[in-house]
Amino acid sequence: MVEQKSGSNTIENSDSTHKITARNVNVFYDAKQAINDVSIDVDMENVTAFIGPSGCGKSTFLRTINRMNDTIPSARVEGDIRLDGQNIYDPAMDVVQLRARVGMVFQKPNPFPKSIYDNVAYGPKIHGLAANKGELDIIVERSLQRAGLWGEVKDRLSDSGTALSGGQQQRLCIARAIAVDPEVILMDEPCSALDPIATAKIEELIHELRGKYAIIIVTHNMQQAARVSQRTAFFHLGTLVEFGETSNIFTNPQETRTQDYITGRYG
Amino acid sequence: MNNTIDPTPTDWNSPEMQKRIAKRYASEKRFKLMGLSAVIMSTAFLIFLLITMLGNGFSGFQQTNAKLEIDFPSMTGGASAQSISGDGADAAIRSMDIAGIVAIAVDNQYGDLAKDMDQTLFSSGADRRVAAMLKADPSLVEQKVVLELPADAAIDTAYKGDGLKKAEELTQILDEKGLLTTEFNLSFLTGSDASDPAEAGIWGAFKGSLMTMVITILLAFPVGVLSALYLEEYAPKNRWTDLIEVSINNLAAVPSIIFGLLGLVVFLSWFNMPRSSALVGGLTLALMTMPIIVIAGRNAVKSVPPSIREAALGVGASPVQVVFHHVLPLALPGILTGTIIGMARALGETAPLLLIGMRAFVPAAPSGFSEPSTVLPVQIYLWSDEVSRAFVEKTSAAIIILLLFLMTMNAVAIYLRNRFETRW
Ligand SMILES: Nc1ncnc2c1ncn2[C@@H]1O[C@H](COP(=O)(O)OP(=O)(O)OP(=O)(O)O)[C@@H](O)[C@H]1O
Ligand SMILES: [Mg+2]
Repeated sequence: MVEQKSGSNTIENSDSTHKITARNVNVFYDAKQAINDVSIDVDMENVTAFIGPSGCGKSTFLRTINRMNDTIPSARVEGDIRLDGQNIYDPAMDVVQLRARVGMVFQKPNPFPKSIYDNVAYGPKIHGLAANKGELDIIVERSLQRAGLWGEVKDRLSDSGTALSGGQQQRLCIARAIAVDPEVILMDEPCSALDPIATAKIEELIHELRGKYAIIIVTHNMQQAARVSQRTAFFHLGTLVEFGETSNIFTNPQETRTQDYITGRYG
Repeated sequence: MNNTIDPTPTDWNSPEMQKRIAKRYASEKRFKLMGLSAVIMSTAFLIFLLITMLGNGFSGFQQTNAKLEIDFPSMTGGASAQSISGDGADAAIRSMDIAGIVAIAVDNQYGDLAKDMDQTLFSSGADRRVAAMLKADPSLVEQKVVLELPADAAIDTAYKGDGLKKAEELTQILDEKGLLTTEFNLSFLTGSDASDPAEAGIWGAFKGSLMTMVITILLAFPVGVLSALYLEEYAPKNRWTDLIEVSINNLAAVPSIIFGLLGLVVFLSWFNMPRSSALVGGLTLALMTMPIIVIAGRNAVKSVPPSIREAALGVGASPVQVVFHHVLPLALPGILTGTIIGMARALGETAPLLLIGMRAFVPAAPSGFSEPSTVLPVQIYLWSDEVSRAFVEKTSAAIIILLLFLMTMNAVAIYLRNRFETRW
């Protein structure tokens, strides 16, 4: 593979009108390159959808945005990713604070083996977002309500979060992520384990959240991408093939690979 | 290309298939049988051990007493109850020459018999028993009383059916006269080592073990757990951490006597710590227990799913919060299991403690961590080496105490483990 990525740290500050700007991002797992020269902008009050065949690097790229890849020893990130104009890979960056500002819902539901209440309350607790138990109760209830789970669990808040069904667990994880009121929410296939009713609830939530946050959602469901997002990025084999207005991507794709993928000709 | 497998449906009723199925059932059955017999065998060994120990050791908790008639007024020249009560009671009793009184009383009552048989009748603890009785009830000194006093070890053993021929004959004569009684041997539980088996007790060694274990767990548990957490969660994976891992694994396999030598050189020779103290014993055993806790702890920490760490990091928990809010609670049951194993091993350890001087004869329970003390397994070792037959049952009784100690410790650990167990 020919490497000619130099000056990947140069970025004009005029770009800082975007919430997130990523320039020339490369990600390696040891010697294997998983993301190849991806540049992308994400705006506030916008939903960006990442689509692409399995293994193309959607999760990998998503995880660079809150530096979750730091937890994988073999992963190495090159390039420039900025949140509000601030380089998040700057050694001075406070990663803990970054992750509080950029929340994440993981591909596999991963509730804590604690009570439903504690799952949602954990984030607000460690960041001191609630002054007292009453406020915490309100945060928990509101978060669960927005995740569409309140009705199902309001009588069993002290049950273990792991005793819920797969779809309920995923909604619990969404509630947990929004409980800390992040600015950006990264959702890695949040609806892959959900039935159509719960999916509709989540999509409703995404619509509602859009007014306040920047949202990135990875999905394999084309209709969902078309329904919830304003902009869509199509990844293939670690490269960003096409990125633009969702309506354009789905009605008038510029690349044949995009065309083939969204019409289901390959995947 | 025509290399696809012919897609005929599997015929589950064909003879080959039937044979496979029968084989599968058979192997299932074999495995179950093997497991069951292993469990039965280990249970049988355990029961055998318990029964022999209880059988031998039970009599160790009993003491044979012989009756002795003492006519205090005639022998003390009319000492009054007043004179040995109140503030100066101890001194007054001490000045009474009770040993002499008892000797004369024995001579009066058993003189010929004892001489004929050439056998002491009472344990050397008898004098002290009389003193204690007088202290408890001063009015005795104004009466002619029959007291039950601890018999000599030879008679005690003989009365329990395991004595020498001569002692047995004497015992029979005494028994026929109704002079022998048996009582629960409280002094075995409250006393310390003594050269007279009738007086030897386990409390000193028990307390020594307890204090040694306290030092061991206070040192080995936090250091072991923190090392495990650091190595798993923080340390970079490089050649140095590999080296440390190998060293710790080797340390866990080092024979315990080597740790004794280490303790001897480091704690006694270099740091001049007090010989045969619970402090040095605990430190030495902590060195031995730490690697076990580190290894168990690392495995327990490793088995916490990475997705839990990611979940916590994802809501903005700091690495320390991840460790103490999520990883440690989930790893705790595994860590406790390792700690039980390590502590049980430390509790039963003899060899390294002999080297740091804990084999000394310690006739009093240790009153501090730097006082000379002994521990249960060393006490068992010392008693099992004694010539006198009476020590055989003491040895077994001490083993019962050691096992009870062990079981209590394990029960506490299992209780804690179950409390912290997470139901997924
Ligand atoms: N921890 C890892 N170590 C090594 N390689 C990895 C690791 N995680 C992902 N990869 C590789 O990186 C590439 C991209 O993986 P990624 O998980 O980002 O794909 P994805 O687009 O999210 O796929 P999916 O839609 O199936 O979730 C894949 O080839 C994968 O094998
Ligand atoms: Mg993925």
